Amino acid sequence: MDRMLLQLNNVSVVYSDVIQVLKGVSLSVENNRIVSLLGSNGAGKTTTLKAVSGLLKPENGKVTDGTILYRGKEIQNQSPETITRHGIIQVLEGRQPFKYLTIEENLRVGTATRWGKPYRQDLEKVYHYFPALWERRRGLAGYCSGGELQMLVMGRALMAHPELLLLDEPSLGLAPLVVKEIFRIIRQINEEEGTTIVLVEQNARMALQIAHYGYVMENGKIVMEGLAGDLCANPDIREFYLGLSAAGNVKSYTEVKSYRRRKRWL
Amino acid sequence: MDFFVQILVGGLSIGFLYGLSAMGFVMIFKSSSVLNFAHGELLAIGAYFFLAFVTWAKLPILLSFLLALAACFLLGIIIERILLRPLIGEPLIFVIMLTVGLAAMFKGLILLLWGGNLFTYPDFLPKALGVQWGIVRIPPVYGATLIIGTVFLVLFGLFFKFSSQGIYMRSVADNQRAALSLGVHVKRVFALSWAIAALVAGMSGIVLGIINGVNVHDLSAIGLKVFPVVILGGLDSIGGAIIGGIIIGLLENFTSGYLSPSLRDVVPYVVLVLILLLKPYGLFGLKEIERV
Repeated sequence: MDRMLLQLNNVSVVYSDVIQVLKGVSLSVENNRIVSLLGSNGAGKTTTLKAVSGLLKPENGKVTDGTILYRGKEIQNQSPETITRHGIIQVLEGRQPFKYLTIEENLRVGTATRWGKPYRQDLEKVYHYFPALWERRRGLAGYCSGGELQMLVMGRALMAHPELLLLDEPSLGLAPLVVKEIFRIIRQINEEEGTTIVLVEQNARMALQIAHYGYVMENGKIVMEGLAGDLCANPDIREFYLGLSAAGNVKSYTEVKSYRRRKRWL
Repeated sequence: MDFFVQILVGGLSIGFLYGLSAMGFVMIFKSSSVLNFAHGELLAIGAYFFLAFVTWAKLPILLSFLLALAACFLLGIIIERILLRPLIGEPLIFVIMLTVGLAAMFKGLILLLWGGNLFTYPDFLPKALGVQWGIVRIPPVYGATLIIGTVFLVLFGLFFKFSSQGIYMRSVADNQRAALSLGVHVKRVFALSWAIAALVAGMSGIVLGIINGVNVHDLSAIGLKVFPVVILGGLDSIGGAIIGGIIIGLLENFTSGYLSPSLRDVVPYVVLVLILLLKPYGLFGLKEIERV
């Protein structure tokens, strides 16, 4: 129990009192691990992260059932201000920089949970992980490229000394080489800082390469879980998310899709 | 020539005041998208606080000034805390209507306590603040206005540029969701922007009271000038508010100096309409911003 950092027990989430998005999600995240959350669009991955970080509230969503335990304490439906101060920081999908602030000012916003404490060392740490940010530290974030912005929002989250980092699709819309670099750094942060990471991804191949454990979501439920290596080897996963047939050759998209229509987990 | 310079200086310092008080208005709009219709009354309240400290409590001028500003700051926090915080998440129009009600309430309160008479502060400005260049004479009030305005502008500039709290405030104005995800206390930022807005409004009210005397109707009417000022500068630009204020101030003074004093409240609006025809988002406004 001690090693458990985060536990979701049968969590249901309803938006605007009518739209049920999560239908009883249970998952657990151990300390110092990278756990990957896979699934197609609309499966409820982002909602799961927001349920943990408390960001459902401003979007009129609510955890209506089940419990979310962080270090054994219930945190569901707490405000984002409280949850971030527990050490849980979510990096939002689609890179949301503060466009009219410089890179360094963006990073300084990450100190909000530790207001008044020195932050110089943290800045240096972020520049150590993301040297590209150092070169542009005086420039406005609005003028940065997608890759730089992804580094920026991850660096911003690191400034808060997170124990649990929730990353929502860090690879979205980035060139393959940049994605590789980003994932290498995610792994490095996990190893050097001991930060536990929950990684929501469409890019299942990359995600499973760096993750220790994985969950697959569909229609607001967890449909499969396992060690990352096992998931990689699973024929269904290979078929759906990695686009490989049992023989190992790459299948065309239409083939995979029609197969998908025939065979659902639920 | 001396007439021209006199008008120029007068317009500049009045405009500076308009700009500063509009800055408070813009801050509230930027952080929470609320249009504050009680801005003129905040101006008046600042002037009456000062009046109370100076004439009733008979405190020294400087202390009264600082106390009045502190009282305005506190009032801003109280307004946000008690009246606006329960409305977070409700449609914006409710909040805006609430500020209309707030305006009526403050005005009524002042009329109840002081009545509608014109009050004047005791003459306290040192003559040294006035400048005499040959035939051009700048009265001490305008000298004081320029000095106080500049000091406030620099202080707020430094606050927003370098202090952590200032950066958090800008982050909320920029992207509220992202700020929330990093644990920025968004409600505290709202409270702080109301407090600062009330403070600069109160400050402008005090200085305008020194120039024109203290009267609740005049002051709250001047408070409404923030609307042309901020629409001119762009609703979401703090720098634009200052420049918009100076433009309106100059226009007013030149109109009453060279055309007719009775036109001083008209011509600025005519120019405003012309500028908006050419630049619908104001001189410095951002295009994405929703117009009200």
